Amino acid sequence: MTQRTRNWLLLAPAGTWFLVMLIIPLTVVLIFSFGERAPAGGVVPAFTLEQYANLPARWAAFKNTMTLAPIGTLSALVIAYPLAYFLAVKVDPKWRTILLVLVIVPFWTSILIRSYAWIFLLGGRGIPALLGWFGMEGVRLINTPFAVLVGIIYGYLPLMVFPIYVSLDKLDKKLLEASSDLGAKPWRTFLQITLPLSIPGIATGCMLVFILLMGEYLIPAMLGGGKVFFVGNALVDLFLQSRNWAYGSAVAVTLVVVMLVTVTVYMRLINRLGANRDDVSIM
Amino acid sequence: MRLYAICVYLFLYIPIGVIALFSFNAGRHASQLQGFSTKWYGKVLSNPFVMDALETSLTVAFTSALLASLFGTMAAVALQGIKGPLRTAFDLLIYVAVMIPGIVIGIATLIGLVTVFNQLNPLIAAIWPEGFEAPKLHMGMGSLIAAHTMFLMALVVIIVRARLAGMDRALTEASSDLYATPMGTFVQVTLPMIFPAILAGFLLSFTFSFDDFIIAFFVAGSETTLPIYVFSSIRRGVTPEINAIGTMVLAVSLIMLVTAQLLLQRGGKKIK
Repeated sequence: MTQRTRNWLLLAPAGTWFLVMLIIPLTVVLIFSFGERAPAGGVVPAFTLEQYANLPARWAAFKNTMTLAPIGTLSALVIAYPLAYFLAVKVDPKWRTILLVLVIVPFWTSILIRSYAWIFLLGGRGIPALLGWFGMEGVRLINTPFAVLVGIIYGYLPLMVFPIYVSLDKLDKKLLEASSDLGAKPWRTFLQITLPLSIPGIATGCMLVFILLMGEYLIPAMLGGGKVFFVGNALVDLFLQSRNWAYGSAVAVTLVVVMLVTVTVYMRLINRLGANRDDVSIM
Repeated sequence: MRLYAICVYLFLYIPIGVIALFSFNAGRHASQLQGFSTKWYGKVLSNPFVMDALETSLTVAFTSALLASLFGTMAAVALQGIKGPLRTAFDLLIYVAVMIPGIVIGIATLIGLVTVFNQLNPLIAAIWPEGFEAPKLHMGMGSLIAAHTMFLMALVVIIVRARLAGMDRALTEASSDLYATPMGTFVQVTLPMIFPAILAGFLLSFTFSFDDFIIAFFVAGSETTLPIYVFSSIRRGVTPEINAIGTMVLAVSLIMLVTAQLLLQRGGKKIK
């Protein structure tokens, strides 16, 4: 058996699986998005842009997603950065591994259960009841954009900390010493050396979180109480309740396209920013 | 700075802690603690719906993690040795599988498979012998396992490939210089070195599949997995049973994750 045959045989199961479970289904979604809704709930093959023309009907879902996803990403960044900095630069190395594992572990546990925890905490008998003891009556937290934001930060913080930690950890600590030896104040060292050199980590973290948030369904469904809904919630409604597959496919295709465009533009921006920063910071 | 870190860790762990704490609450109401009790765990474990859902989830997670580890490792090993369009195509497939939101994978699998089944079912019925009831393809455990395996395969390829890339080439070269067959080199040199990564990939895949809600929500048909059960119970209201299920689910994931982490680290050291 030649090496070539062997490689083909080794790749065959994975390749077939990807073909049947990824390529064909995604193609069906694309084809259906140009179809028409059948009376029974299926799709009549056609070539029409009618579904795409109808997209404004779900404008609110896109607007919410494109507002709360960036806000959530930035909030997670602001909270994650100091922690990543602490873990990479300040903490005693013997505690580092265990502290890092403690950050990552929640991300790999059920997001459903973790969001549920916030229903519990933000619900009427949780934090609002505590606030009531201090005389702040009638605070409503659950089913608000705030609750969704808390859920997002809670869910995705670990994913933000890790890449930033990695980029800060790689940073040559001698640069920081050199900077302070040359009389730079700590904040100046931070702004001119640490921050620019951690841009790749920030970029990766933001991108990961943003991509996952674009397709989010559970957090708004559980903490937004039907008032704060994302494109994901519109998709569940279209496919599982109203069974409008043609229109739902158009919404799904649009979501993926918006995601790809945003990520591409964002990567371009970051690369340019990174390139400029390098010139300034190293000289 | 340290104070800040402590606050973030509290933020990460208090919600989980509260759930665990209240799962041992004796009171019916989810609001105040009324003494220690394990009765909710007893209730959960004797609830046939929960146990059915748990069984489905475990079967799906085990099967898809196993298939994904096997096919994913095979693909990762093959990809190590090739360049050109085939490699590019696979890299793209893995990238797409990971990038596309889970919800879109769920939807695509649902309508893709239903469309294919609608075409195939009349065909099967037509060729089936007269007098016997023809089997009907439908969404269920099979489609769920297939969908999870697809996504998890991409994950396993990424993990195993990272380990293969970190391997010292000299070792496999030495092995073939000493006249080992390619198969012998693989079994005696490569496999022992990447095994921790494969096992870690299996455990992460198992955890992912066990915790997945969104893909299962679309493709599970009439089957109920544990996350689907929990989701629909939450819709009906917050109960102490959910706290108990949640605590158990978190505990299972924690054990799996710590094991996977240890394996990845130990394997990493061995190679260096």
